[in-house]
Amino acid sequence: MINAVGREIPEEILERTGKEVFQGNNYKDGKAFQKASPKVTPVMRNDHDKMVKDIHEALVKCNAHDGMTVSFHHHFREGDLVVCMVMEEIHKMGFKNITLSASSLGKAHDALVPMIEDGTILNIESSGVRGKIGDAISHGKLKGLATMRSHGGRVRAIETGETHVDIAFIGAPSCDEYGNCSGMGGKTNCGVLSYAYVDAEMADYVVAVTDCLVAYPNYPAEINQTKVDYVCVVDQIGIPEKIATGAAKPTTDQRKILMAEYCTQVVANTPYFKDGFSYQTGVGGASIASTISLSKIMEEKNIHMGLGVGGLTKPMCELLDRGLARKLVDTQDFDLDAVNNVRSNPNHFPISAGEYASPMNKGAFVNKLDYVILASLEVDTHFNCNVVVGSDGIITGAQGGHPDTAQGAKCTIVIAPLLQGRIPAICTDVTTVTTPGESVDIVVTDYGVAVNPARPDLLKALQDADCVPLKTIEELRDIAYSIVGEPDKVQFGDRVVGIIEARDGTIMDVVREVKPFSFRED
Amino acid sequence: MEIKKAATAGTLESSDCMVTVEPGEGKVDFSLESSVINQYGNQLRKVALETLKNLDIDNVRITIVDKGALDCTLKARIEGAVFRSVDQYENLPWGGAIR
Repeated sequence: MINAVGREIPEEILERTGKEVFQGNNYKDGKAFQKASPKVTPVMRNDHDKMVKDIHEALVKCNAHDGMTVSFHHHFREGDLVVCMVMEEIHKMGFKNITLSASSLGKAHDALVPMIEDGTILNIESSGVRGKIGDAISHGKLKGLATMRSHGGRVRAIETGETHVDIAFIGAPSCDEYGNCSGMGGKTNCGVLSYAYVDAEMADYVVAVTDCLVAYPNYPAEINQTKVDYVCVVDQIGIPEKIATGAAKPTTDQRKILMAEYCTQVVANTPYFKDGFSYQTGVGGASIASTISLSKIMEEKNIHMGLGVGGLTKPMCELLDRGLARKLVDTQDFDLDAVNNVRSNPNHFPISAGEYASPMNKGAFVNKLDYVILASLEVDTHFNCNVVVGSDGIITGAQGGHPDTAQGAKCTIVIAPLLQGRIPAICTDVTTVTTPGESVDIVVTDYGVAVNPARPDLLKALQDADCVPLKTIEELRDIAYSIVGEPDKVQFGDRVVGIIEARDGTIMDVVREVKPFSFRED
Repeated sequence: MEIKKAATAGTLESSDCMVTVEPGEGKVDFSLESSVINQYGNQLRKVALETLKNLDIDNVRITIVDKGALDCTLKARIEGAVFRSVDQYENLPWGGAIR
């Protein structure tokens, strides 16, 4: 069946998943649903001990079994040790057909590949995957399905009961013996634990895994004792230098600086740029450079940011510290400055992934965004974006908050260099759709800026300001193709190995098994 | 032209390619490894075979390791490797076989 972004979703997948095809951004708006609920094992006795001696004991006490769903958060990023530690124990205990539900997976989890191959892991649910897991999935090694969800979409899946988590393992930089968890106060701080709040709320069993046990009560606690069944102390939950590095150096790449300048001009010359505006940006070089140059215009015009949302980095925290931003809400910290700013600035607030981005609550922060600046691997002439599947057809990225913020923001700006090596980032059809074109308003490239025809108001504002070279999206694609030639489409096999879920749980696109390249007969 | 000895041209830098030509076994023996093979494998092969034809070469083992080179780069690298294989560094046929 063809969905609203023109992608063919095989009947077999619709039957197998019980899902509908994507029907447009607001399909489920206003449609009430019954929230799912977890099983709770109450603690009444005042001498109850939550401490377990190791992951093995935690698994036994949480009734680990074949076919269960275990969940994890990804705040430790490339430095995460918790997922592999727990999965190795599950592997050792011989459990099979596990559904691994993580807020994201990356190169830190390459060691899971043998567990995918031997059937320990049956399904994977994640924002995306990088490294060897992505390679394994794209080569058909996962027996079940990989489901790629946005950060908001994951909260929706758990709260609607589509995903029922049996055991949630929450890596906690600091924790006490009764389960009060914080992203700060330990030796492997990640700032906030936002993505894990829904796991703590909705899993039948919750295990806090920490390498820094502190005195009771560990307050302020992000995840408190009423949600946590067991506490397990291990040697190390993460590698600090891979969790949060020093702030990225401002880019010296002239192409990125040019795109940053165009982006800043677009923000400064569109109608939402006024005192109290709200803003989110990513961690790419151009995004960061744009935030820095925007701050100069904010100072000149005495325009303050009312709300900054993130995924935060040093430049955003500096806006807060300098009084140019009034409040920051935070779901993840990408550098040490942002981690430390959580505690040092009282207007820096940790929020849950649900508050941030869920489409199925009574209004998330993304709905209140004026601007979001995003990157994309590919953007097509329908303004659809692909942030998950590489141009070689292999799963190599993550949805993150891309579809959530793109839909929510009044002005969604996507930055992409026209060419990445020989690969055109602006193309006729993206390899896989992750964010629908209806969410994307403006595309900024090094060869010019294109405005979605659905937004004549923004186009007029930029024409009147005469601040950036305006092109149509087709013109940008044609420039790209005139330099590198029109690319052939990647050759895929028939088997569907993964699905790209839209925020609301409908199917945006599918990912098929790759097949080895063969030359065209001619 | 006749390939006299093995010769290479190009680098493995991004947006370049490395071309090796060796004496063949009576035919064009073509091998391509490319970072963009899915998108441009067919186009790269077409450019390579055309370039060899322009140089009137039908007996060669050609090995291309491509890192996203444009067509013009690939063509220049093949021509470079071929003329090196016959030690011709002067009186190159600009506008003739090289065009």
